[in-house]
This record gives sequence, structure tokens and C-alpha cells, in this order.
Amino acid sequence: MYNAGKILIGLAIFFGLATFPFFYNMGKAVAKPDPKLDTPEIMKLAKQDRKCVEPKEFMRAEHMQLLNNWRDSVVRDNVRVYVNSEGKKFDMSLQNTCMRCHSNKKKFCDECHNYMAVKPYCWDCHIAPKEKES
Amino acid sequence: MKTLIPFFAVVILVLLALAGVNMGNQQFLFGVIIPYAAVTVFIAGIIYRVVKWGRSPVPFSIPTTCGQQKSLPWIKQNKLENPSTTLWVMARMALEVFFFRSLFRNIKTELREGPKLTYGSDKWLWMAGLAFHWSFLIILIRHFRFFAQGVPLPIHIIESLDSFLQIGIPLLYITDALLLGAVTFLFARRVYLPSVRYISLPADYFPLFLIFGIAVSGVLMRYFVRVDIVSVKQLTMGLVSFTPVIPKGISSIFYVHLFLISVLFAYFPFSKLVHMAGVFMSPTRNMPNDSREVRHINPWNYPVHIHTYDEYENDFRDKMKAAGIPVEKE
Ligand code: HEC
Ligand code: HEC
Ligand code: HEC
Repeated sequence: MYNAGKILIGLAIFFGLATFPFFYNMGKAVAKPDPKLDTPEIMKLAKQDRKCVEPKEFMRAEHMQLLNNWRDSVVRDNVRVYVNSEGKKFDMSLQNTCMRCHSNKKKFCDECHNYMAVKPYCWDCHIAPKEKES
Repeated sequence: MKTLIPFFAVVILVLLALAGVNMGNQQFLFGVIIPYAAVTVFIAGIIYRVVKWGRSPVPFSIPTTCGQQKSLPWIKQNKLENPSTTLWVMARMALEVFFFRSLFRNIKTELREGPKLTYGSDKWLWMAGLAFHWSFLIILIRHFRFFAQGVPLPIHIIESLDSFLQIGIPLLYITDALLLGAVTFLFARRVYLPSVRYISLPADYFPLFLIFGIAVSGVLMRYFVRVDIVSVKQLTMGLVSFTPVIPKGISSIFYVHLFLISVLFAYFPFSKLVHMAGVFMSPTRNMPNDSREVRHINPWNYPVHIHTYDEYENDFRDKMKAAGIPVEKE
């Protein structure tokens, strides 16, 4: 190989970049998020009523979209009542509906969001429920 | 045909992933085996190509130059356009890699009424190319979030800059829109301009369709048909920590996305896309123009036995003297 020194340096950089994710996670325990559902508000509900606004699978994937729709509906159309797929009514509110049940933001919302490294900017304005520092 | 074959090739790839996951339940194949195989082929392939280039001899000193060469001290050298040292070669290379300088010089030739030949600057290709490559890079870097526990700060910064318009939830990434726009433009350009269409091959269209498919499936997942992203990250983290898992309930569009990316990775080293490595290996760009200072030895040169005049005289001195021919050494 001609110019072997320079080429090998280049290849080493390439190899390092291409395999960086593998090295970066070496020796780190892979913990999966475990959102806690044991808030007083949820525990008060009867076992069969311990349900979210929509089915769990839907919430897991689509809760941001749902929140966005709620926001638009309240702020733009002044429609504040949400009727879910089972016909149950909810007040469309981040703080007064979601966070009333999920009052453990740090152990619930943040559990997933930290894992995914997303930081919803909602809490710049909306007030997060008061929690004991843990 | 030149566009339809690659188009249907990508459609078939999409259907293959859909069928494999929905009908064949091949989640492990599409989620683990193929991605690992693709990354291996990618890394090995690039190394193979670069080593192969490295073994090819460069017979002549052939840097492209477009400025005053290093010459007499009172003639000003254009160091960037005509570099004579490694440092300036690297500077020129960096500008080429990061800002596509040679494409910036692209000109359009037109025959106007008259007939008159006119030249004008044509920056569209440069702009679309820049938008495309930078968006792609930023998107690639952003995806690191799926491959790391505890995402480093620079990734956060890139991500928040990319989404700073704060449109919708999840926030719209500017690069997503740019990438789709640029790929569409680059495709339209190939189809629309007759001269470019004429020289375009299926191998030019295929990567465009493939990247378009990747971008569309990604955009669909983020903004329209949502997938359970927590499970997706469990899968990707399993891959990078060599403890593969297939969480239940990831919808098939994710496997389409992953499969198209795997195809891109595996295809990369053996296609025109390998210009990513090739740009560094082009003799026209990586050689300094120092042919007046350093002799470039052609590695092909056959070791010719040279019979010098001294040797010649030694062989024939007596005869030369006898014939009265002057000799250098008595
Ligand atoms: C009536 C109380 C209640 C309200 C109001 C409520 N949730 Fe829930 N939420 C629950 C319960 C109970 C579950 C667990 C459901 C189950 O296990 O089937 C849950 C589950 C979820 C999950 C899935 C968690 C997981 O582990 O996969 C998400 C995400 C979620 N909720 C978000 C929200 C958001 C966002 C809102 C506001 C739009 C909201 N919830 C409003 C009670 C509530
Ligand atoms: C710039 C400040 C600001 C930010 C950031 C913000 N909001 Fe709001 N939001 C408001 C205001 C003001 C209202 C109107 C309150 C009302 O009329 O009841 C509102 C209303 C809402 C409502 C309906 C009313 C209610 O009581 O909740 C929802 C749902 C909502 N926002 C969700 C979100 C979500 C989700 C985010 C993050 C993605 C977010 N907001 C970010 C200021 C903000
Ligand atoms: C099951 C895990 C999980 C839980 C629990 C959860 N989220 Fe999320 N959330 C996510 C994921 C995943 C995303 C999307 C991340 C992405 O796009 O990469 C997200 C995104 C969001 C976004 C959009 C942020 C953005 O900038 O794109 C908002 C707003 C949000 N979540 C609000 C909430 C609220 C409020 C709660 C608590 C009531 C909650 N989430 C609980 C997993 C979760």
C-alpha cells in the first residue's frame, strides 16, 4: 500500500466513528424505564377502572399527539371536553387531568423521557405537580 | 426503465420487510441479524475499498490546480487553489468535504439567441447537495440518542437547534424537511434536465429512492403513524450492547425503516456512495503540487539497467583512442 501511514490513520478514524456506539455503551447496564402508576389518585380507583384516557398501547405511542390535539382544541377552538373511545368524558387539561392522575411526574413521565433523552418544553409554562425530591 | 427498475427495487424491499414481519414473524431476522450483517459488510467493505485504492499506484503527480503555482519568491502563490504543502492540501480537502467547493464553481452553459454562448453561475446543485449532505449528517448524529444510555450534551444541543421552530408535537426537525426537499430536488433534476437524464443510470436513481424511502418511513414514524419509541430504543440498545432483544408490539413500519437502512449500509461500499471514502483517496485532491521540488517516482517504473557514458567509455576506450575520438578519461 502506498502512503500506508496516512491511510491507516484515516481507516482508524473511520473504524472508531463507525463503532463508537458499541464502545460508548460498553460496561453500562441497560436499564429499561419503569413508569410508576402507584399515585394516590390512581390507587383510589377500583381495579377495573385503573385506565388511562385511552388504552395503554395507544397512550404509550400517541400521548404527545393527544396532548397536541388537546392543546389546539382548547386554545384555538375553546372546546374543553374530550370524549374517549369508550364514551367517557375528560376535561382537556395537561395539569388538571393528566397530572392529577400521574402526579408522580419524576417517576412517570420523566422515567421514559430521560431514557429517550427528550425534554418536553411544556414545563417552561405549565406547572409540574409538587413532588418530594427523591 | 432507468428510473422504474430502481423504483420498484425499493418498493420490493419495503414489501419484503412488511411481509417478513407481518406474515413471516421474522422480527429477529429483520431486527437483529440483518442489521448486524449490514454493519459488518459496511465496515469491512469500506476498509476493503480503501485498501484497494491505497494499493493502486499513482503514476504521475496529478493534483488539480486552479491558481498560481509555487514559483519564484516574488510571484504570489495561491496556496489554497494550488497547494504545495500537506497542510494546505488538508485545508483544501476540508473545504471540499465540508462545503463542496468544486461544486460551488459549477457553471451553466447556454446557447442564447444570436447565437451567443453564455456562461452563468449555477448554484442550485451545490445548494441542494449541501442541504442534503448536512441534513443527512445531522440526522445521523441525532440518531445517536437511540444508541446511548445517557446522551451526551452535544447531541442535545444539535437536537434542540434542529427543532427550535417548535412546530407541533413532536417538534418538527428542520433537517427532516430539508432532507426530503433536497432528495426530491436532486431526483427532479435528474429527470427534468435532458443532459443529466441522459447520463443517469439505475445506480444513480437507486440510492435516491432508497434514501427517500428511509426518510419517508422515519418521518411517518415520528409525525404520523406513531410507534412505541420506548420499545424501539430497547431494541437498538440491545443491538449496541450485544444483548439483542425484540420487544413486542413494535409496528412493522419500524422494521421497514431499519431494513432500508441496512440495505443502504450494505450497499454503500460497493456503489457510488463510497465517494464518502473516495474523496480522501482522489490523487487529484490529495496530492500537493510540489512536482518542481520533489521528484514523483512512478511506482510502475521498471528497474531499467542504465548504461552510462562512463561505462560506455570504459568498454570502448581503446578503440575510441585508436580511432582518434576524444575521451574524457585518459
Ligand atoms: C384517570 C386517571 C388518568 C388520567 C386522567 C390519565 N392517565 Fe395515563 N394512565 C393511567 C393509568 C391507570 C394507566 C395505566 C393503564 C394500564 O395499565 O392499562 C395510565 C397509563 C399511561 C401511559 C402509559 C404508561 C406505560 O407504562 O406504558 C401514558 C404514556 C399515560 N398514561 C399518559 C397520560 C397522559 C399524557 C394523560 C393526559 C392526557 C393521562 N395519562 C391521563 C391513569 C390516568
Ligand atoms: C409558552 C408557554 C406554554 C408552553 C411552552 C406550553 N403551553 Fe400549553 N398552554 C399555555 C397556555 C397559556 C394555555 C392556555 C391555558 C387555558 O386557557 O386554560 C395552555 C393550554 C394548554 C392545554 C389545554 C388547557 C390546560 O389546562 O392544560 C394543554 C393540553 C396544553 N397547553 C398542553 C401543552 C403541552 C403538551 C405543552 C408542551 C409540548 C405545552 N402545553 C407547552 C402555555 C404554554
Ligand atoms: C411509556 C413511556 C412514556 C411515558 C410514561 C410518558 N411519555 Fe411522553 N414521550 C415518550 C416518548 C417515547 C416520547 C417521544 C420521544 C421521541 O420523539 O423520541 C414522548 C414525548 C412526549 C412529548 C413530546 C415531546 C417532544 O418534544 O417531542 C410530550 C409533550 C410528552 N411526551 C408528554 C408526556 C407527559 C405529560 C407524560 C406524563 C403524564 C408522559 N409524556 C409520559 C414516552 C413516555
